[in-house]
Amino acid sequence: MSQTSPIVLEAHDLVKIFHRGSEDIPAINHVSLSIREGEFVAFVGPSGSGKTTLINILGCLDNPTSGKLSLDGRVVVDEGRVLSESALTKVRRDIFGYIFQKFYLIPTLTVQENVLLPFTFYRKPGADAEVGRILKLLGIDHRKDHLPGEISGGEMQRVAIARALINRPRILLADEPTGNLDTRRSEEIGELLKGLNRREGLTIILVTHNPALANIADRIIELRDGAIYKESWSSNREA
Amino acid sequence: MINIFQVAYKNLLRKKARSALTIVGIALAAWVLVSLLGFNRGYEMSLNRDIDNLGFQILVTAKGCPYEAATLMLKGGTGLRYMKADVVAQISKEPEVDEITPMLMQAVFDPNKGESGGYSAYLGVDPATFPKMKSFLEFKQGKWFTDPEALEAVMGYEAAELEQREVGDPLLITEKNVEVKVVGILKRTGTQDDGTIFLPLKMVQKTFDKTDDLTGIGIKVKKEASISKLEDKLYQLPDVQVVSMSQVKQTIMTLVSTAKVMVFSIALIAILISVVGVVNTILMSVMERLQEIGILKSMGATAWDIFKLIWLETLILCISGGVIGAFFALGTARLTDVLIRRLLPYAPSGGLVQINPSLVLLTFGIVILIGLLSGVYPSWKAGRVRPLEAIRSQVE
Ligand SMILES: Nc1ncnc2c1ncn2[C@@H]1O[C@H](COP(=O)(O)OP(=O)(O)OP(=O)(O)O)[C@@H](O)[C@H]1O
Ligand SMILES: [Mg+2]
Repeated sequence: MSQTSPIVLEAHDLVKIFHRGSEDIPAINHVSLSIREGEFVAFVGPSGSGKTTLINILGCLDNPTSGKLSLDGRVVVDEGRVLSESALTKVRRDIFGYIFQKFYLIPTLTVQENVLLPFTFYRKPGADAEVGRILKLLGIDHRKDHLPGEISGGEMQRVAIARALINRPRILLADEPTGNLDTRRSEEIGELLKGLNRREGLTIILVTHNPALANIADRIIELRDGAIYKESWSSNREA
Repeated sequence: MINIFQVAYKNLLRKKARSALTIVGIALAAWVLVSLLGFNRGYEMSLNRDIDNLGFQILVTAKGCPYEAATLMLKGGTGLRYMKADVVAQISKEPEVDEITPMLMQAVFDPNKGESGGYSAYLGVDPATFPKMKSFLEFKQGKWFTDPEALEAVMGYEAAELEQREVGDPLLITEKNVEVKVVGILKRTGTQDDGTIFLPLKMVQKTFDKTDDLTGIGIKVKKEASISKLEDKLYQLPDVQVVSMSQVKQTIMTLVSTAKVMVFSIALIAILISVVGVVNTILMSVMERLQEIGILKSMGATAWDIFKLIWLETLILCISGGVIGAFFALGTARLTDVLIRRLLPYAPSGGLVQINPSLVLLTFGIVILIGLLSGVYPSWKAGRVRPLEAIRSQVE
C-alpha cells in the first residue's frame, strides 16, 4: 500500500438514524472517510459507538439514512438513492468478503464443502484454481474432510475466512472476528489477517474491541457516538 | 466440488428426526392417494369386466323382478318369473339386434350340498347361440353340448370343484331325478358363471315342465346400432322388463359413489395434513437459519438462489415421502383390497385395487406439486431475508 494506491471505498457524510418507537437513535453522525487499495483499517471504540453500523453500511449490508458511498468509483448510495437489490448483490459478491463473530458453518458439510459453499451460487472466473491454495494459506488443508463439530473454534473461524476469500474479494470485512476466541487463537487470527494483508495485498476493514488486534492494522479509526473521534497510523508500516 | 442439491440434502440432515417425521407424513398421504386411485381404477375395471363377461349388453326378463334380474345374472339367485318363448322371435326382428340367446334358469335345493344343503343353479342355454355369444369362455376340459335336448351338462369351474366332477362323470338333478353326463368343465372366470351348471335349453324346459317359458333373453347389439333406441322399442313389449348392463353399472356406481366420496375426503384430509406438516417444517427450518441465510446472501446468493435452495429442500422431502408411500401402497394393495371390500355395498370379483405405473407417476406428480406449492411461501420468505439479518442478531 502506498499513498498513491487507488481509492476503493469512499464515504461522504454518512448518517444513520435508527427509529425505536418515537425515539430517534443517531448511530452514525456525519462520517466521511476513504480507504485505499491494500489498506488495513481497524475501527475501535466503546460499545454502542456505531462500529457495527458503520461497517455494515460500508459493506452494503445496510443503507445509510443519508450520505454517499462509492466503491471502485461507482456510486452505490447517494442521499437515500440506493442501487437495486440485485445490483447490490453483485456489488457484494464482486467486492466484499465478510466474516463475523459467529462462524455460521453448516454442521453437516465438511470443512472443504463449507469453504466451497459460495460456489453453489456464484463463481468468479478463475476462482476454482485458488481453492487448494486458500485452504493451505489458512492452515486448514489437513482438516478439509472434517465436519465443523470436529475442529476447534480458531479453525472454524479460519474456515469462515477461507469461505469469505474463495471468490477473491477486493475487501475483507471483519466484525469482531475474534470475539468468540481465546487470546491465543485471537492472536493467530490476527497474524493470519496481517499476512493476508501484507502478502496478498488484501484490503481489510476490521472492527474490534481488542487493542492488541487493532494494533496490527495500518490505520486505526476510533469512533465515539457515531462519529470519528481520533485517527492514527501505526508506526510499524512504511508509507 | 459441491452443488445446490448436496447443500439442500445436507441441510435436511441437520434435523434428522424432524425431516423423517415430515417424510412419514407425506408417505402416508401418498400411500392413501395411490391406494385410492388404485381402487378407483380397479373397481371400474373389475365391474366392467364382470359386465362384459355377461356377453350381452341387454337382458330382457319377465316383469315383476325389478333389478333383481341384474343381481340374478351377477350373483345367481331365486325368485324367478317367466315369459313366453315367442318373445325371442319378436325381438329378433328389430334391426339393432346382432345376436340373441334365450335362457331358462332353475334353482333346485340339494340336501346333499355342503353341510346343510344348498341351491344348485341350472341355466338352460341354447347350444346354437349361447356359446357363440360367450365365446370368451374357455374350457378346462371337454366342450359345449351341441344337441338342444341332450342329457348333458357343462359345469362352471367352482361348480365342478364342489361336486367333484370330471368330464364323463354323471350328475344328478336332485328333485327331478334326471341324470346328465358332464361333457365340459369351464376354466375359472371370476364371475358367477363359475358356480353355474349349464344344460341344453330344451332339455331344461322339458325336465322342469316349462316348455314355453324363459327367464331371460340376452341380446347383443350391433356395433354401430344405438343401444338406447333398441331399449326404447323393448320397453313397448308387454310383461317384460329391460335391463341394460350400462344401467346396471350405473346403479352400482351410484351406490359406490357414496363410499368413494367418503374415501376421497379422507385422502384430501391426509394431503392437507401433510401440506401443513411440510410448510411447518420448512418454515421452522427457515426461521432457525435466518442468520445463515443472511450469510449466504452476503456471499452473493440472490433471492432466487435462496428460493431455489429452500424449494429443493421441500421437494426432497416430498419426493422421498412420495416414493416410500407409493412402494408401501404397492406392498399393501392386497390388504387395502380386503379392507375396502368390507366397506362397499357391492364388490365385483377380481382385484379391487389396481396400481399401475401411470398411477404411481400420477401420484408422484401430485406429491411433487404439493411440494412445489407448499414450498413457495417458506422459500419466498427465505429469499427475502436481508443479509443484514446475519449481523443483526450479534448486536442484540
Ligand atoms: N437495528 C437497530 N435498531 C435500533 N438501534 C440500533 C440498531 N442497531 C444498532 N442500534 C443502535 O445504534 C448504536 C450503535 O450500535 P452498533 O451496534 O453499531 O455499536 P457497536 O459499536 O458495534 O457496539 P458493540 O461494540 O457493542 O458491538 C447503538 O446505540 C445501538 O443501540
Ligand atoms: Mg458491534
